[in-house]
Amino acid sequence: MIQVDKITKRFGPITAADQIEFEVQRGEVLGFLGPNGAGKSTTMKILTCFLAPDSGTARVGGHDILQDPIAVRRAVGYVPENAPLYDDMTVASFLGFVCEVRGIPGTEARAAIDRVLSQCALQGVEHQTIDTLSKGYKRRVGLAQAFLHDPDILILDEPTDGLDPNQKHDVRELIRGMGQDKCIIISTHILEEVDAVCSRAIIIAQGRVLADATPAELKAKGDGKLETFFRRITLGDLVPAGGAA
Amino acid sequence: MTAMQAVMRREFRSYFGTPLAYVFLCVFLWAAAFGAFKDQLFEMRDANLRVFFSYLPWLFAFLAPAIAMRTWAEERRTGTVELLLTLPVTVRQAVLGKFFAGWAVFAIALLLTTPIVFSVEYLGDPDYGPIFAGYLGALLMSGAYLAIGTFFSALTKNQVIAFIVAAVVCLILVFLGQPSMIATLDEFPLTSWLAPFVEQMSFAVHFDLLQRGVIELRNIVFPLVVIAAFLICSVVILNEQKAR
Ligand SMILES: Nc1ncnc2c1ncn2[C@@H]1O[C@H](COP(=O)(O)OP(=O)(O)OP(=O)(O)O)[C@@H](O)[C@H]1O
Ligand SMILES: [Mg+2]
Repeated sequence: MIQVDKITKRFGPITAADQIEFEVQRGEVLGFLGPNGAGKSTTMKILTCFLAPDSGTARVGGHDILQDPIAVRRAVGYVPENAPLYDDMTVASFLGFVCEVRGIPGTEARAAIDRVLSQCALQGVEHQTIDTLSKGYKRRVGLAQAFLHDPDILILDEPTDGLDPNQKHDVRELIRGMGQDKCIIISTHILEEVDAVCSRAIIIAQGRVLADATPAELKAKGDGKLETFFRRITLGDLVPAGGAA
Repeated sequence: MTAMQAVMRREFRSYFGTPLAYVFLCVFLWAAAFGAFKDQLFEMRDANLRVFFSYLPWLFAFLAPAIAMRTWAEERRTGTVELLLTLPVTVRQAVLGKFFAGWAVFAIALLLTTPIVFSVEYLGDPDYGPIFAGYLGALLMSGAYLAIGTFFSALTKNQVIAFIVAAVVCLILVFLGQPSMIATLDEFPLTSWLAPFVEQMSFAVHFDLLQRGVIELRNIVFPLVVIAAFLICSVVILNEQKAR
């Protein structure tokens, strides 16, 4: 459902994405790994048509990101990095706004809002101003917003950042459940999360895709540990072969 | 509901969700009443709103940038622009939605000044033509200032800079039409040919004609052209930031 075709994006001297290429099918949960500044968020922003690539293109849900960005955005649920939200709104009115922009009519909107409130364990804070929520709750509002239209494609930039262990667990369960019949890209720095939810993982560094395989295959290359492989491939020769982290 | 209407509703509510709209309305109504009733209204023995209207170009030059400064600068500073522009809404719809929300706040402000009209009605027998034309002109002028404010808000992440630059530009556009300015230009052979053009560039001139009851097409078209031009530029700037 997502085909990325040699996307390149430069910010001045920095090449944030360098000929990035990969595909994701329905039923897959793709883990997006890489050190800080690798270009994960940049790639996701391009796939959600927030940034335009310098060259290359992608098809998301059958729509070209350059030709038909609105159709892409309709098909995708996106949680941006740091989950920015309209702080002055209440949770319910914010979700109502997203329904309106997405053209979900009144009665369906009510049902959709109830559904995401329970999916993201937000029932108690429905009428609280987003400003006054704790970080983890804000994160959950960010997630809820992306699930409202029950999209086929989810692009989640560090969705579990700032969640408590129970919530991390719940969100992973949720993502794994949704992964059965959706197409999901999830970036994370938590390697056990890859094990827990991803059916495949991509490691990028300095804008380039360095590895693209199942978590089991990646682990096998790292002497049984994902972390070892991650360090070896992103730091190059600095980590001796066979040496644990 | 279309995406543009959704954006407009959200923006409109957020003006009234923060003190901004209330502070704005209080300042505006105080200044309007002060301008209308200060001294001349009763002394001129002439039932009209000329004094009130003559204040508006100056008042709006500050208030419109204050209303418009947040529109894009704040979205970019807090990162919510990424949320907004990854929803199925085009930059054009978002710009228009925000613009109309701000304009609605001005429409309400102008509506709340109608007690001044009633007072004039009580005092004498006003000619409603110029009053109606004056309100129309005021609404159009506020729209034009808002569009200018929107444009500078799209240019920067900093609300304060957006406000200052927009206010200066609005003030210049008022100044251009001041009789002293036109007279100065006229005085020198080198610049005298500029005078009629410069005069046409001023809100004050078009607005002044309207509030005298001269509803001429160009006095209505001028603010509309300014609105369109600055909103189009805002869309271009915001699209440009995407490619950066
Ligand atoms: N708007 C921007 N202007 C200039 N440089 C940018 C901009 N956005 C990103 N970059 C640069 O692009 C590179 C990739 O950034 P990106 O945010 O994609 O990294 P990331 O993989 O998401 O990192 P992290 O794990 O820290 O979230 C970085 O070097 C960053 O400094
Ligand atoms: Mg990132």
